[in-house]
Amino acid sequence: MATPIESIRRVVATDCGSTTTKAILIENQGGVFRQTFRAEAPTTVESPFADVTIGVTNSVTELQELSGYRLINDDGTIIRRSSPDEKDGCDVYISTSSAGGGLQMMVAGVVREMTAESAKRAALGAGAIVMDTIASNDRRKPHEQIQRIRELRPDMVLISGGTDGGDRKKVVEIAELIAPARPRPRFGSEYQLPVIFAGNREAQPRIREVFGGPGFDLSIVDNLRPTLERENLGPARERIHDVFLEHVMAHAPGYDKLIAWTDAPIMPTPGAVGDILQTIAKRRGINVVGVDIGGATTDVFSVFGGIFNRTVSANLGMSYSISNVCAEAGMANVLRWVHLDMDERELRNRVKNKMIRPTTIPQTREALVFEQAVSREALRLAYVQHKAFATTLKGVQQQRGVGDAFSQEEAGKSLVDDMHLDLLVASGGVLSHAPRMEQTAAMLIDAFEPCGFTELAKDSIFMMPHLGVLASVHPRAAMEVFERDCLVPLGWCVAPRGEAKPGKPVLKWSMRRSSGSSESGTMSGGELKLIRLADGERATVEVQPERGFDMGAGPGKPVTREVRGASVGVIIDARGRPLPLPADPAAMRRAALAEVTALELYPN
Amino acid sequence: MAKAYTPGLTVSVRTTYRARRMLPVHGDVRLAAGDVVNPDTVAAETFMEGDVFPMKIAAKLSANPKDLPKLMLKRVGDPVKEGEPIARSAGIFGMFRTEAKSTANGTVESVSDTSGMVIVRGPAQPVQVRAYVAGRVIEVLPNEGVVIETPASLVQGIFGVGGETHGPIAMASTLPDATLHASDITAQMKGAVVVGGARMTAEAVAAARKAGAAALIAGGIDDQDLRDILGHDLGVAVTGSEKLGITLMVTEGFGDIAMATRTFELLASHAGRVASVNGATQIRAGVMRPEIVVPLEGGAGAGSGHVVYEGGATAGVLEIGTVVRIVRDPYFGMLGTVAGLPEQPAVLGSGSKARVLDVKLGDGRTVTVPRANVELIEG
Repeated sequence: MATPIESIRRVVATDCGSTTTKAILIENQGGVFRQTFRAEAPTTVESPFADVTIGVTNSVTELQELSGYRLINDDGTIIRRSSPDEKDGCDVYISTSSAGGGLQMMVAGVVREMTAESAKRAALGAGAIVMDTIASNDRRKPHEQIQRIRELRPDMVLISGGTDGGDRKKVVEIAELIAPARPRPRFGSEYQLPVIFAGNREAQPRIREVFGGPGFDLSIVDNLRPTLERENLGPARERIHDVFLEHVMAHAPGYDKLIAWTDAPIMPTPGAVGDILQTIAKRRGINVVGVDIGGATTDVFSVFGGIFNRTVSANLGMSYSISNVCAEAGMANVLRWVHLDMDERELRNRVKNKMIRPTTIPQTREALVFEQAVSREALRLAYVQHKAFATTLKGVQQQRGVGDAFSQEEAGKSLVDDMHLDLLVASGGVLSHAPRMEQTAAMLIDAFEPCGFTELAKDSIFMMPHLGVLASVHPRAAMEVFERDCLVPLGWCVAPRGEAKPGKPVLKWSMRRSSGSSESGTMSGGELKLIRLADGERATVEVQPERGFDMGAGPGKPVTREVRGASVGVIIDARGRPLPLPADPAAMRRAALAEVTALELYPN
Repeated sequence: MAKAYTPGLTVSVRTTYRARRMLPVHGDVRLAAGDVVNPDTVAAETFMEGDVFPMKIAAKLSANPKDLPKLMLKRVGDPVKEGEPIARSAGIFGMFRTEAKSTANGTVESVSDTSGMVIVRGPAQPVQVRAYVAGRVIEVLPNEGVVIETPASLVQGIFGVGGETHGPIAMASTLPDATLHASDITAQMKGAVVVGGARMTAEAVAAARKAGAAALIAGGIDDQDLRDILGHDLGVAVTGSEKLGITLMVTEGFGDIAMATRTFELLASHAGRVASVNGATQIRAGVMRPEIVVPLEGGAGAGSGHVVYEGGATAGVLEIGTVVRIVRDPYFGMLGTVAGLPEQPAVLGSGSKARVLDVKLGDGRTVTVPRANVELIEG
């Protein structure tokens, strides 16, 4: 990057998505970085354009029209100014990309729960979609594994296996299965399929022989599981990013030009989102969960205790895969969030019609209620998958002393602890574009079931990818924009953990506002309460849970927190955790109606 | 005049249809430019690399993997037959030697002294690509395939299952809003592309399969029936590889929905002509819709105007007077003409704000719907 960080005053950032290229302008205004303008244009990776830079130029041209600065040269390139005093141009141009289906990888390891899982974590963390995970013990016969490898068309392959100095036979065996299967790359037979080996150091010579033939481009990095007790994902992730740029991007239409335009390496969109969430978690010292629900997939990101994890639930989405959500969750589970009478057969046809016409939007309230019900199930299932994946290392020998005798700590325990979740960030159409913020908050609470005090927010215009890559260039600018313009605070969820029974007391609460007024009350099982707290207002909330209920300090112990006001306010949820839902359809309908009423979800 | 772009499905009386018939890997093209083909003509063929059969031979012989190369009876490149000894252990003083046999026919591809695995590659598998539509070869793509062109009537459907097939068009319904029942299917429909009106029932599909029909076309299908036919709930719309013995295509969507009159009348006008049908549907990453192609007489491109159809999704301009179909409730399936294209977004019944348009329906009502919820009916 040519521009020194202190001279950066104006940044143009684009995110080239599968359908839309989104451009934003970030400017230093009075010493603080703010996002000032945004524009978008259709992505132009597919024919007849087959050049991603056309969409970039179109979106930045719109940005130019909105901002009044000249940002585009006559040849369509982005103007850089030589000094911040010049009116036109920007100081830095950066971009992310998920166009053309993003980065698609196949990963392999020896033991599914150990090295294969570490390899999957490395790939997901780098922003990839993992098409399949091959392992010696994945319950498939070798010929079935080979058949599967031959069907896949990955952009690259990551192979791990064996600890350094350990057995090399098994990892070589995996490599010897993959090489002759000759997975066909997505970009055609001329493309040299990149293979990254991040396994047992001592297997490297044989791996070089196995992938030495034509059709492969092998690179070797440090073992991502050098010992059972340690994961070392950094070198593999970095190599994935490099290969993404050198091979995958270079083969996508127009990306050779785009790479030359940008002042920082182009990042896969989810990788950039992961980076900004890690930055925010680190700087604020908090645990964060972020979710991005799209038409086809749902990405969940978490940072707990500084450890980052990402999962992609490949067929949980709101349009292309809406039918799969209903199939996986079951229509009965979807309908438990619906307070209106709906005919199931009719709904099934509607789901399929949305699947085959994915760009349509709900016109009626009934259609919106149903889509938001489906979204709760998509998010819930994606979060369940995330929790199962984001675990401590499995296969680790634990040394236990007398003091640990009664400890339930175990290898493979989920890192995601809802009680210690501080911030839950929502993005993706159904969450970001919900007509009311209360609806977004309710979808998050029902799907994620946060415990204790949890702040809820949404990404205003899906700006996190841009800020993720900006963080690599100008971390302060990324943070300032994230705090001021990206995150739209919704409010707080206050919910004790414990089994709630209808009508039985769950908690007492009191709230003292910064304005001086105060209020208090008690809540019983099944109840929800929305307390409005205006944006900018602060309040101290004290919750005294009943015996058997925990707000984070232990059963029955009070917890006090200062909260900031936001568009929704404070939602006290006394329905219990895990969230019990009645099995009887009539009772389910009543519970859904109670929620709709309490949270003012669909007022007339 | 106010304009907007919106997706649409092609229903064309006459267009120039082009089919790119390509091999998955390089091979031999069997046709030359100018050749006249029918749907069954082989356009190109090749051999795909055979399957791979890994065999843990060192383990079978209880031998150390590093000794395996010495124990091999077959060398890399040697052909082997299933059951043929492939390696033999050293035994004890040359006695008690055990043999490991190949579990597949093929050629020895590699012998690993690290894993003790032998890879045998099975015989190459022939792959043929057929013409799919009757027409004329207009271009040969060396080693890859051909482009076939024909003047044709073309109907794109919204969803289908099953792959490429062809047969004469047989009308099973006389009205576009008549539900297609099993009683509408006759024994004479063997090998035919059977066209109904509104929803095809599960019983009608079963009857058509029993009669040996090549394809069944109708306005809609019930999701529950589709599930019963496939044996599973379809999660994502990527179809075409189903082996049902029949190709199904719906022109409008799921539910009780009549086929658009124009589509129905076009297909009825071609009763008895041979049509090619492909049910393959893919909504993501390069949209692919199912189609019926009815090749017509006349030279390639004759009377086709400017339209050349080469597959994929289409989009067109939405303006006052354009005929559209509403594709989302509460007006799902209704046809009308665009009566207004307000510039400003409007608040919908759902509470969302979106750009809308006014549609004058056939019954005289004018309704306001989101622009995202209509599609063009294209000519």
